[in-house]
Order: sequence, then structure tokens, then C-alpha cells
Amino acid sequence: MSTTTRTGRTDTAAGLRSGSRPKRHYGTHIFLTVMAVMWLVPLGWSLFTALRPVASTNEHGYFSLAGDFNFNNFTQAWTQGGFSTYFWNSVIITVPAVLLTLFLASLMAFAVSRVSWKFNITLLIMFTAGNLLPPQVLAAPLFEMAKHFEVPYSFSDSGNMLNTYIVVIAVNTAFQMGFCTFVLSNYMKALSADLTEAALVDGAGIWRQYREIIMPLCRPAFAALGTLQVIFIYNDYFWPLIFIQSGNRLPITTAINNLQGQFLNNYNLLAAGAVITVIPTLVIYLLLQRQFVAGLTLGSSKG
Amino acid sequence: MSSTARDLVPPEARAPEGAPVRRAKGGRVRRLSGRDKLVLSLMVGIPTLIELTLVWLPTLMSVGLSFTRWNGLDLGAIRPAGLDNYQYVTQDYPPFWPAVQHNLLWLLFLALVATPLGLLLAVLLDQNIRGSKIYQSIFFAPVMLSLALIGIIWQLFYQRDNGLLNFLLGTAGTPQAVDWFGDSSVNIWAAMIAATWRHAGYVMLLYLAGLKGVDPSLKEAAAIDGANGFQTFFRVVFPAMRPINIVIVVITIIESLRAFDVVYVINRGTNGLEMLSALVIQNLVGEGQVIGVGSALAVVLLVISLVPIVFYLSRTFGKEGKA
Repeated sequence: MSTTTRTGRTDTAAGLRSGSRPKRHYGTHIFLTVMAVMWLVPLGWSLFTALRPVASTNEHGYFSLAGDFNFNNFTQAWTQGGFSTYFWNSVIITVPAVLLTLFLASLMAFAVSRVSWKFNITLLIMFTAGNLLPPQVLAAPLFEMAKHFEVPYSFSDSGNMLNTYIVVIAVNTAFQMGFCTFVLSNYMKALSADLTEAALVDGAGIWRQYREIIMPLCRPAFAALGTLQVIFIYNDYFWPLIFIQSGNRLPITTAINNLQGQFLNNYNLLAAGAVITVIPTLVIYLLLQRQFVAGLTLGSSKG
Repeated sequence: MSSTARDLVPPEARAPEGAPVRRAKGGRVRRLSGRDKLVLSLMVGIPTLIELTLVWLPTLMSVGLSFTRWNGLDLGAIRPAGLDNYQYVTQDYPPFWPAVQHNLLWLLFLALVATPLGLLLAVLLDQNIRGSKIYQSIFFAPVMLSLALIGIIWQLFYQRDNGLLNFLLGTAGTPQAVDWFGDSSVNIWAAMIAATWRHAGYVMLLYLAGLKGVDPSLKEAAAIDGANGFQTFFRVVFPAMRPINIVIVVITIIESLRAFDVVYVINRGTNGLEMLSALVIQNLVGEGQVIGVGSALAVVLLVISLVPIVFYLSRTFGKEGKA
């Protein structure tokens, strides 16, 4: 990072800043507390609504502390609302997509960062740019490709690739791969060249260099990227919306929107569904906050 | 940014600072055996093939389809249409210009409200105040949520009769109560505030990382020169964060072009919430698919988004390309 900056040479009297220091900190705390409370209100309100049975809100109104508080809405959303199915669908899509993305991106990143080669930069640019495109730009052709890709009915009940998890996994992988390749190649470039030079002298082939030298060293980057990708793909609303037509095959993030119509006026249940959807991300956030933050700042190219 | 990647690399494996990343070309490639060449070509070939078929080919197909008329059913029924779709979109398609305006408004709001707010939070939290970590966690929490879910959560907050906001304003249950997501004169603002909730936390996080990377001696030098807090920040610290600033500019533009999930969850991007990305999808799904029109809209979106993409890529890869 080149830090070529004009030093702020100014002719202001230094006296200006001395008096205002302690007061400013006091104000900072008030401001931050107010902002933090405002920040928590939407989530808090969802949780509050979710914890109250619809009977008590009907009786006492939504803005009251009266009545029961329990987890009935959660159990109802989980069983009757189909959230157990949706949640499982999310797992089926997210786990393979993240593993595939990281694996393919690590291959590509290794090739473009550890071996000098003619089209390195061109390919890396292509991958990075692909990730920055708005997904809507490629939606129509991808939908048509999936629709006209005919497969036996024993494989997919639509007779084509629509309504399958494979197409959602494939497209998510292709879309996220660009970003991961970019981040991993930056990471691998920062690894010392001597590591693989030495292996080369020992007669280690490309695959062994990748597998036994570079991969183990990339663990911190994988941890950060993996966490980030789990969140990204779990949070993906768009691709299942395009490809999956059967409501019971939707992952949770896309399915929750259907709940709006399904449980009209039962906001308690909708709130419970929203809270259930938040829980996995919140757990990851609490356990792996450092990894997630590292992932985001590592590849701040993410749009 | 590669400097942040470096920080994660264990020191013993780190390439020496300033050392040439690549050795002289040629020499190493010649040492590759046939097997190595095969392995390498698979390593490059498989991901590249996937990227080309599932990202770049569809992008080109969008461009191609935008010059055709097609209902999406029979491949043989694709008819050339010249520029008809573009003419239709810009002249006879009522939601197009409102959508362009809304995308612009969204961009301005993120750029002038959400991003500065995130920067402000980062600067305040960077000065080692008590409870800084707790504040950070709170502001950052919405970044973990999908925009679709954010739409739902804010729907609960914004509802006309049972929403918290109308209650706090004292209008709940009265005729003055506003349906924040339903009323076409206010819903875009309500949606932008919901998007800000997430965007500001994201920007805060990136700037917190950026601020840590600024050499403290720069600030000290400025203080010795008699600069006050504001001057130090705007003339020294902020310009020193140039790489992060570029990333933030690009993210802000791209987020505003992608503002799809929120509006689609609220009302599928209609009635005051028209957005280019939502219009693309409206023309592709449901009955009466008009692939040509949808693709023309997608191409408009593509051309606009190429501006920040090219800007970003030339900044990031410009140096390497020349070296």
C-alpha cells in the first residue's frame, strides 16, 4: 500500500483542539448508544413478536407486555410452517456449494499465482469481473439453459434441470468462485516462493506442491473464506427463486417470503420464521466472527 | 488489499517484503514435466470452463437475446427483432424511467447517507472508547442477514396497523397511519432505510480495517503541524485510505444496482419500488414471458454495472498488468 499523502499542513492554531476533547467523548457515547438502540430495534421487535402467542396479541394488541410469552410460534413454524424442510434444503445447497467453490477456487488460484504463465492476469480478471456482475444479467439465459437441458425423469421430475438442487449449487459455485479465486490468489502470492522452489528441487510435481505445501498453509484463508461463503450462500435469495418451483424444495431464505402470503395476519408466526432464519447466521457470527470479518476485509472486492 | 491477505499468512511462510513475486519467466515452465502440464491444465481448465459456461456465456446470450423476440418456449421460435426491444423499453414501457430514477436515488442515498454513516461509526469506534467491541458487534449484526430477510424484518416494523413505527409515532390504528412499504410515495425511502441498516455496518467494518492500516505517525505529524481533528482526518487519514475508499465506492455502486432482494420481497418491485433488476425478472417469470424485453433491460443493467467493474479492475490489476 503506497501512502503518498499530503501531510495536512495547516495554519490553524493548535489551541482549538485542547478544550474540546473530554466533551467530545461524552457526546460520542450518547450518539453511539442511541444508534445502537436504533440498530437493535427491528431485530428486537421481531423477537418480541415471535415470543408472544397470537392469542395474546389479539387480546392485548401488539404493543403491550400483557399475556404469555413462549416458544409456541417457533415450534409451529418449525413443524407446520415447514421450516424443518426449508432448513434442510438450505443445508443441501450450502454445504456442497461451499466445498466445491473453495476447491475449484483453490485450484485456479494456485495455477494463476504460483506458476508464471501467459494468461494469468487475463483469467484472474475474468474471474473477478464475473463475480461483480449483477446476477439478474445472467438469469434469463441460465433459466433457459436449465429448462432446455433435458435429463431422464428418473433423475429430475421436471425432465430438465429446473427444480433441482444441482443447478442451484452449480450456479452459486460458478458465481462465488470468482471472488474466492481472487482472494486466494492474493493470499498465495504472499506465500514465499522458496517454499515451492525447494519442493521443485526435490522433484515434487505440481500436484504435490499444491496438496502438501500450499494447501496446508492456506488454512487461515480457507477458514475465513469458508465462513463467509456459508453466510453468502445460505443468504442467497435469488438463484432458488429462479430455478426452484416446488415450494417444499426451497431453501429457508427464499421460502420465508412465501410465509408472508401463507400466514396472512399472523405476524407472530412470520416473526418466528424470521428469527429461525436468523439463528444459524447468528450462531456462526458469534462463534466465527473473527473468521467472517477476516474474510470480508480480505476480499473487500465483494459487492 | 494484498497487504491484508499478507497479514493472515504465517510469518515464517511469508514472502519477503519487496521481493519479486515471480522469478524470471520461462525457466520454471520449462522444468515442468508432461504430467505437471496435464495437472496444471486441468487445474486451470475445469474452473475456467465452469466460469465461462455459467457466467460469461449467459452474459453474452443476454446480449444476443435482447435483439430477438421470444416467448421462452420453443428454441426455433426465436425471431430477430433488431432494436425493437430497446425502443419499446425506453419509449413505451412505463416502469423503465421510474426504475432508472429509483436506482439513481438508491445510489445517492447509499452514497450520501449510508456510506458516510458507516464511516462516521468507524471513526468513532476507532478511537478506543469503552465498549467499542460491543458497539461494533451491534452495528455489524445486520451484515450477516440476507437482504430478503431484512425486508421481512422491516415489514414487521413498518406495518400499518401492527407495526412498531406507527405505534411509536402514535398513529397506529388511526387513519393517519402510514403503510410504509405499501404507500408508493414513501416506500422507496422506507426500503432505503432498511438497506442502510445493513450497508452502514458493512462500510463501518471495512473502514475499521482501513483505519487500523493507517500509519499512526501520519496523524502525529499532522498534529505537530497544528492540524485539528477534522483536518487530520480529511486531509491525512482519509486520503491515506485510498485503496479502501476505492473498494467502498465500487461496493456502493454495485449494491445500488443489485438492490433486488429487498424490493422483490416487499412487492416484487412494483408500485413505487421499480428497480432495473426487478424489472428484468418480472419480464422473465410468470405468464407471457418476454425474454427479449427482459434481456434488453438486463443489457442496460450490464452496461451500467460495467462502469464500476472496469474502474475497479483497472485499479486492482492495472499495476500488475504492466509489471
